[in-house]
Amino acid sequence: MADSTRHPMTGNEMSGSSEGGMERHTYDVVVVGAGGAGLRAAIAAHEAGARTAVVCKSLLGKAHTVMAEGGIAAAMGNRWPEDNWEVHFRDTMRGGKMLNNWRMAQLHAQEAPERVQELEDWGALFDRTDDGLISQRDFGGHKYARLAHVGDRTGLEMIRTLQQRTVQLGIDVFMECTVTDLLKEGDRIAGAIGYWRESGRFITFDAPSVILATGGIGKSFKVTSNSWEYTGDGHALAMRAGAALINMEFVQFHPTGMVWPPSVKGLLVTESVRGDGGILKNSEGKRFMFDYIPEFFKAETADTIEEADRWYDDKKNNRRPPELLPRDEVARAINSEIKAGRGSPHGGIYLDIASRRTPEFIRKRLPSMYHQFKELADVDITAEPMEIGPTCHYVMGGVEVDADTQESAVTGLYAVGECSGGMHGSNRLGGNSLGDLLVFGKRAGEAASAYTASLGDARPAVSEDDVKTAQASALAPFEVEGGENPYTIQHDLQQSMNDLVGIIRTASELEESLREIEVFKDRAKSMVVEGHRQYNPGWHLALDLRNMLIVSECIAKAALARKESRGGHTRDDFPKTDTEVWGKKNLVVTLNAAGDGVDLAEKPLPVMPDELKKYFE
Amino acid sequence: MGYDLKMRIWRGDQSGGDLGDYTVEVSEGEVVLDALHRVQATQAGDLAIRWNCKAGKCGSCSAEINGRPRLLCMTRLSDFDETETITVTPMRTFPVIRDLVTDVSFNYEKAKELPYAELPPRDPDGKRRMAQIDVERGQEFRKCIECFLCQDTCHVVRDHEENKPAFAGPRFFLRYAELDMHPLDTHDRRALAQGAAGLGMCNITKCCTEVCPEGIKITDNAIIPMKERVVDRKYDPLVWLGNKIGIRNKDNDGRTEV
Repeated sequence: MADSTRHPMTGNEMSGSSEGGMERHTYDVVVVGAGGAGLRAAIAAHEAGARTAVVCKSLLGKAHTVMAEGGIAAAMGNRWPEDNWEVHFRDTMRGGKMLNNWRMAQLHAQEAPERVQELEDWGALFDRTDDGLISQRDFGGHKYARLAHVGDRTGLEMIRTLQQRTVQLGIDVFMECTVTDLLKEGDRIAGAIGYWRESGRFITFDAPSVILATGGIGKSFKVTSNSWEYTGDGHALAMRAGAALINMEFVQFHPTGMVWPPSVKGLLVTESVRGDGGILKNSEGKRFMFDYIPEFFKAETADTIEEADRWYDDKKNNRRPPELLPRDEVARAINSEIKAGRGSPHGGIYLDIASRRTPEFIRKRLPSMYHQFKELADVDITAEPMEIGPTCHYVMGGVEVDADTQESAVTGLYAVGECSGGMHGSNRLGGNSLGDLLVFGKRAGEAASAYTASLGDARPAVSEDDVKTAQASALAPFEVEGGENPYTIQHDLQQSMNDLVGIIRTASELEESLREIEVFKDRAKSMVVEGHRQYNPGWHLALDLRNMLIVSECIAKAALARKESRGGHTRDDFPKTDTEVWGKKNLVVTLNAAGDGVDLAEKPLPVMPDELKKYFE
Repeated sequence: MGYDLKMRIWRGDQSGGDLGDYTVEVSEGEVVLDALHRVQATQAGDLAIRWNCKAGKCGSCSAEINGRPRLLCMTRLSDFDETETITVTPMRTFPVIRDLVTDVSFNYEKAKELPYAELPPRDPDGKRRMAQIDVERGQEFRKCIECFLCQDTCHVVRDHEENKPAFAGPRFFLRYAELDMHPLDTHDRRALAQGAAGLGMCNITKCCTEVCPEGIKITDNAIIPMKERVVDRKYDPLVWLGNKIGIRNKDNDGRTEV
């Protein structure tokens, strides 16, 4: 590359002779995605000595992690010395209704505290306790106040800290660059191919290790707290490369999303509002959560308003308010109240902190929420209640990985964060996501780096035929004439998933959804995009839509197969949790042989060792 | 509730472009980004817009609305009269890539020039201690969502390409101030802030503070105190005399110049 130039956005070297053609790079580890998991993985890989690149769809520092509000769950014991990893592990497993991969839940609980302290070493400024330690706040499903936080903008603090660390270490970042296919030699990863969003130019990475950290799938649903990036890219890339996904039927609907105005419907309202004293009321002014305490959590939930209110100051002698049950329970309760006709004018219910805490307290603890409602809805949350309703927030399901290394069934392919599966079982506790990103990001970065090092010079090679095929496939939407606009198909898919595969599911609607997905797949075959390859959002959407379609099929198919209700999967026709049969297995989905649909299989849960079982007796 | 909104949107690339006229149906409670998305979905599938969270948290959708630097997702249509034509143009300080998307690499290059937090070892129990009141100063600056609207509006670089190499801009003065006010940090970046970052070129007109969507008091709380710190070190006659006659300057205790 004698005539090489630097890319203006990243300073990366690129071949000057490849105008309109192919740019090529060689790395030890390529990380796809620059949210918390991706950046933590890249830092770990770099520190372990690997030549590392981060490839991300947006600008650095814009990933969806910035939207995380509440905090990072870590049993540091700064507020409650009684807290430790065993309690956190137990909370996590119970929150996930025991379907979690026990080993991941254990590693997470054990390692999260050190991962948080590390952020502080790198410059993060957490809120403090009176003793000057990192403050920890209450959240749903956590026995003790456990979430390290910065007001209600913890995700921003986390991503900025990791971003600044990444730049400090000089890790190469390919921004606004979308990976479209993984490349293999035999059954091992050889690299990845994608395109620059800015120019439409293709770019190939030769790398024996690829870490997927692409986040979730929320954009398949109409009402979601997720941004446009959440199109299930990592899920789909892994499937096409031959890996399996687990737990795809479990989709978390966050209980509190904004419902008005329409343009922000679904936007997240942090659980911290409830952790800091906020309560839920219906149109009759009733604090209805007391009517929805499930048997499973009865022993640890307050059953009177008096006890619930005392708990904020005296946790030893009182039980938790029912507003702080795990998210699946609260979302279902809100859904029932709205369906029963006790909703608010815009179809939500009320979340009230104004009557419970002083305006100063609210502005100090929940500055982003105050700002968000003031600016976008003209609502002053220190003076009036918020209107909120459930919103698609997180997918528990993802790439099936080894708990210790995050490696998938494909050698050299790793998955971390939301696009991996197992850690959260059937329902994720608030605050466990940010911890997940850090703990398993680091583990994956180290494992990927060690694997690449073990290969020496015997690296798998990228096949030029595969590169050509991938390019042709990405450019296909430009070849079609007279087809349909991708925006319309996306819109219809989102509506369909919301209506038929939402919070409450039944066999007939799930079957209907699978039929509709087949129609969308057909329509997508003749999708057409206008314009040229340079920064063309229509084309980008056309490519993302392929991923959304396959992931949506995984969700609907697994949801139809699991004939019980558990965590983020509620069947109207099978309302009971079935511990004996369904409590013992996962559903696993893979791409079918023809590559145009989904195969589904059952797999027994990993068996928890006896020394951990004792926490649940 | 809906009405037809008249918009003028800049379309083009590095080689030039022009304002295009669009009429799009909008409804109650919508923001400018909603209107642009509807144009994209129904009339101009290739209209380039950079956006992510649509909640004022990621700072991606910066542009100029009727000439004023703003976030597209946080500008409500109800702020305008229904008959008013809304004009949307890309940020002027950065080179256009296409339509409303600009090349903001200037900011990422400047970020690489900054030294980072350097903390002493942890306390013996493995933890660190800082008082809430001390972290709050830095926390205000860490609210920055890197929308770069402050950089866009700053007259030192707006229409002054020649100043860019020597000037980091308000976003990074904020970062210098944050690091300088970090309760545990051990580095002294005052010389660097004045030299390499061009802090002296700022003449505190507060335009950056005015456009900050996070309401950070960039000028009053970051730039002016940082200027004072630089001046204390460099020009204070007592400090100068003290240095001359060999009195140890306690202001430098616990930090190393970088």
